[in-house]
Amino acid sequence: MGNFYTDNDDIRFLFRHIDLGPLAEAFEEGFRFTREFDYAPANEAEAIRNYEMVLESLGELCADFIAPRAEGVDRAGNRLNEDGTVTRPQGIAEALEKLGQAEIMGFTLPHRFGGLNFPNLVYSMANEILSRADASLMNIFGLQGIADTINAFASEEIKQKYLPAFANGKVTGAMVLTEPDAGSDLQAVKLRAYQDGEGRWFLHGVKRFITNGCGDVLLVLARSEPDRSGGLGLSLLLCEPGPTVHIRRLEDKLGIHGSPTCEIFFDHTPCALIGERQRGLVPYVATLMNGARIGIAAQSLGIAEAAYRVARDYAASRRQFSVAIEKLPAVRDMLIDMKIALEAGRALLYDTSRVVDLAIAYNNEVENRPPEDKDAQKKLKDKARIYKRYAGMLTPMSKYYCSEMCNRVAYDALQVLGGSGFMRDYACERHARDARITTIYEGTSQLQVVAAVRGVCSGTAEKYLAELAALPYDPQVSDLRARLAEGTQQLLAAIEFTKAQGNDYMDLYGRALVDVAIDLINGYLFCGQASTMVEMNVPVAGGEARNGQTIPMKQRKAALARRYIEKNAPKIQALTDLIRQGDKSTFTEYEALVGPVPEA
Amino acid sequence: MGYNCVVLAKQVPDTHRITGQVMKDDGTVDRAALPAIFNPEDLNALELALQIKDRHGGRVTVITMGPPGAVRILREALYRGADDAILLTDPRGAASDTLATSYILSRAVRKLDHDIVLCGRQAIDGDTAQVGPQLAEKLGVTQITYVEALESLAGQTLTARRNLGNGWQRVKARLPVLLTVTGDANTPRVAAARKMMKYKNAHTRAEIEQQIKATDPTADDSMVRKLVQEQAGALERQGLLIRQWNLDDLQADLAWCGRNGSPTKVHRVQSVVLAAKESKDVAPTDDGIAGLVHELIQDKIIA
Repeated sequence: MGNFYTDNDDIRFLFRHIDLGPLAEAFEEGFRFTREFDYAPANEAEAIRNYEMVLESLGELCADFIAPRAEGVDRAGNRLNEDGTVTRPQGIAEALEKLGQAEIMGFTLPHRFGGLNFPNLVYSMANEILSRADASLMNIFGLQGIADTINAFASEEIKQKYLPAFANGKVTGAMVLTEPDAGSDLQAVKLRAYQDGEGRWFLHGVKRFITNGCGDVLLVLARSEPDRSGGLGLSLLLCEPGPTVHIRRLEDKLGIHGSPTCEIFFDHTPCALIGERQRGLVPYVATLMNGARIGIAAQSLGIAEAAYRVARDYAASRRQFSVAIEKLPAVRDMLIDMKIALEAGRALLYDTSRVVDLAIAYNNEVENRPPEDKDAQKKLKDKARIYKRYAGMLTPMSKYYCSEMCNRVAYDALQVLGGSGFMRDYACERHARDARITTIYEGTSQLQVVAAVRGVCSGTAEKYLAELAALPYDPQVSDLRARLAEGTQQLLAAIEFTKAQGNDYMDLYGRALVDVAIDLINGYLFCGQASTMVEMNVPVAGGEARNGQTIPMKQRKAALARRYIEKNAPKIQALTDLIRQGDKSTFTEYEALVGPVPEA
Repeated sequence: MGYNCVVLAKQVPDTHRITGQVMKDDGTVDRAALPAIFNPEDLNALELALQIKDRHGGRVTVITMGPPGAVRILREALYRGADDAILLTDPRGAASDTLATSYILSRAVRKLDHDIVLCGRQAIDGDTAQVGPQLAEKLGVTQITYVEALESLAGQTLTARRNLGNGWQRVKARLPVLLTVTGDANTPRVAAARKMMKYKNAHTRAEIEQQIKATDPTADDSMVRKLVQEQAGALERQGLLIRQWNLDDLQADLAWCGRNGSPTKVHRVQSVVLAAKESKDVAPTDDGIAGLVHELIQDKIIA
């Protein structure tokens, strides 16, 4: 009997370290739902207990039921039948049944639709735990943003029709966006949406690379305004599978084999409009994709955690040169870096999820329950605005950082196993294949950088760093805070230089700018963890002398913060120097340096 | 129509986690050192009952007999979909062997409408597999043991498949009937989130009393009684009071309960300490494997 929640000290620590009270209070709207729903929590403590009970139960299901099936799922994949239906691998079908029984397919949906009304932070934890067991299952479990989008924008009639079915796991959904000529650039979507004489909507055209396109509820981005190019010609429509929806092909992929990736032909398919016309891309799909990015960041963490654990175990048991290979400096250095990167990604994603939750909560309050007092109203509006900006910057940062980290960790994990890692006997080759998509879908790393660098250069990063710097910290990390303050100055100088060069230059050095900003944010988050009020002891690495020895998590996090910040300081210096060097050879020397397209 | 299913469950030490550290010198297990869990095959019995309810309607009532702390597995049963849960607890019932236990359980089951009584095949602590059959005898109902599948259920007739170890047997019986269910019968469902959120607040009177005494150690008996009465009433109105019965509630004959009612005497406990270092090389050839299999059969490890 394993448990992927309780066996993960870092998640359990963060569950206590991050103040979940305000999130619970905001999402339960002052705990007013108890009158109507006998399972709704009556206070903060009860809400937090609910969160943890659900994570514990999911952790057990993941360890004992889902993880043991992951290899079989990877081998079997999905099958497209002659009649156009898709047969899922047995392990996925069984897991979906269990998740439905567990009533956790409506994690963030409101109580009134049978959802749990949990904050996104807890959903991120759940997505991570589940992805560690089977990354490809997350592509279905982690699509709950589809139901959230329906909840946020669709008519009451559509909500009543679909949301209870999502919450009890009777249906799964798909976000049907990508086309052969519209990948990263969704403004180019061509699939037609049109109305007949009686005002009924229909869809016609082809979509490609659709995750879970064989699902029961399809949210389709389509051109409803034939005369209008760009995003303003697009609407979001909902349809169900039927005789006019043809799955033409399943992709044969490198990884996440349990997740069916479909090409779909819509042949004059009847559908319903979600919300208003022309708002399909912005704000509907933009909101949907922001949620999905948080989901992929969590998926990345889960894969990285799984890969790290294989490597950690192997390094302790594999002996070469008469010692366990974890004694070798090169190997132990890799293991520490993997573990720290993993915890850095987790710190960033959980903080991002917290900020996203607050942004939603403040916005909800402004719209539905504004305070009477004018001053208080203005303050609330300001908070809503600033948290929305933070969320807009941190979301692509998390997606970018966690997915890149996941690939690095999965790569290094395989490296630690050496030749054995390359064989299919160990799970880490699967983790390495599953990891590869995370930097690509829901917006490539390059596009996340484009989104995040706007926030970095527009003052949002500066403001957020200032907010983090102003929090109370333990004296033991004061020298580290000084280094972070120094790094912040270097970042600000690089930003100033960049802005003087123009937008092209900002995109060219976007990655460096975003890397520096993330390292600084993570540095503060680690300092915060090293100043925690949470009392928790964690075991240290084995060996007979240290058998059973534990140390306070706080002490461990202080050591971790020190290594992270001190090793990053020279990198921040180098990156900001590079940015300020002003090299533009990418623009001026491209033709000469890359040469012509090779002849076939 | 629906069926009234009564499931009997036991809280047991998680014997899968037995290590040298939890064995006492006399060869018995230090129960406090092991996590207490829902006996695995009792979960299969509960799952079968819930499947019957899903298909035919009716009610699932879960009973456990044990110390007050055993209420934990009743909450687990509620998380999974049981409608009702009853704790049988009485210090006079302690040290009951299978005979006394089945007597006490029979007194409880008789108080309830029961079409189908379901037990796990056996508990992982005692491994006797006796309580189910003894209970059926005391209730005077048909028993079908080692059930690995319920093949049909219609009107007052049930057909089940029994696993006999070297084959199977299909048995048809009229209700009421008692089934003992094996681990192969099904995969127990997981706890449902909203039920957990609700029933985590379900308590017995004993728990309420304990909580009151912990919050205010100075409260006198009449005060405690009054508070228990109030809080139990509040829980009952919300459907969150877990019923608690003692031997008086069951009108049980005390001569049949606890140590008095338990003729079983432990003759001897042998403490077997396995030497962990023992290993044996088996050649990776057909002969090597044949030799190993032969040895395992001789040692009666495999049949």
